[in-house]
Amino acid sequence: MTDHALDHGNALPTTWHLAEEEDHDHSGSGATLLGFWIYLMSDALIFASLFAMYGVVSTGYAGGPVPREIFDLKLVALNTAFLLASSITFGQAMPHMEAGRVGPTRFWLAVTGLLGAAFVTVEFYEFAHLIAEGAGPQRSAFLSAFFTLVGTHGAHVTVGLIWIVTMLVQIGQHGLSLPMKRRLICLSMFWHFLDIIWIGVFTFVYLYGVIR
Amino acid sequence: MSRASIEGDTALHSHGDTHDHGSRKGYRIGTILSILLTIVPFWLVMSGALHDATTTAALIFAMAMIQIVVHVVCFLHLDTRSEGGWSLLAFLFTTVIVVLTIGGSIWVMYHLNTNMMPMPGMDGPAR
Repeated sequence: MTDHALDHGNALPTTWHLAEEEDHDHSGSGATLLGFWIYLMSDALIFASLFAMYGVVSTGYAGGPVPREIFDLKLVALNTAFLLASSITFGQAMPHMEAGRVGPTRFWLAVTGLLGAAFVTVEFYEFAHLIAEGAGPQRSAFLSAFFTLVGTHGAHVTVGLIWIVTMLVQIGQHGLSLPMKRRLICLSMFWHFLDIIWIGVFTFVYLYGVIR
Repeated sequence: MSRASIEGDTALHSHGDTHDHGSRKGYRIGTILSILLTIVPFWLVMSGALHDATTTAALIFAMAMIQIVVHVVCFLHLDTRSEGGWSLLAFLFTTVIVVLTIGGSIWVMYHLNTNMMPMPGMDGPAR
């Protein structure tokens, strides 16, 4: 992805029917963002298949523990708060980024990273606790699906953390250059997307699991 | 997302913050709504306020749907103008596939399980 055509990218079409006329202007940043959006949509399909799998086998307890016995909703509420707060703090970083303020951008990005790290830590603790209780992924179909779905989300958050650290280092090296802004916009979309997936997880897996 | 891209571009072109105000307002509304839509389902389930699992389930799923829409509109800034409508089109297509995948799988497998002939020595498939 090159940046040389970005000067033409400002004339975004305002209505649907203009899309074809303006199509040739979609180069540079706009094309990257659309491409990244389509990646997010395909990632949503991966999660859809995992949710579907979980939904199908979610009562396959094999005589093992049921959700109500093993899910600690206080821990899940804490984790949900961490992830939602990190989405909000990332939103705080974006206006600073657009204005080119390096210090506040890095500060809010670092806060986001710390909240994300807290989320992953609590999730590791929960997984370790479950496995120690004998409710590991090999215990039942329900637990296999649970660890796959929640673990895949946790892996995404971990990748997001690596990305945040990379951005913190690169902002230090390059400042808020054009490619850096584009990367940060992609990262913010990725991070908000993970929070959206978590809405599905805490509703469908944890809350619904406890009351069913 | 296009709001983000537009703002990115306007910032790059020194056009100032013409889109900034509306975006910040939407972001604040989104923040308040998302906090509410997270706290209420947790409170409903943890306090057992309704004493009725079916109603509680319906409410928490409804609130999850609303919260997902709030996040997509307020945080991902999806609207009809995003990338000339292509973002919205991709999103709607994805939504259809997601609903078909999750809804279809659960529906089909539920009926498969309940209509299965009981076999000696097992109380149901995959249990």
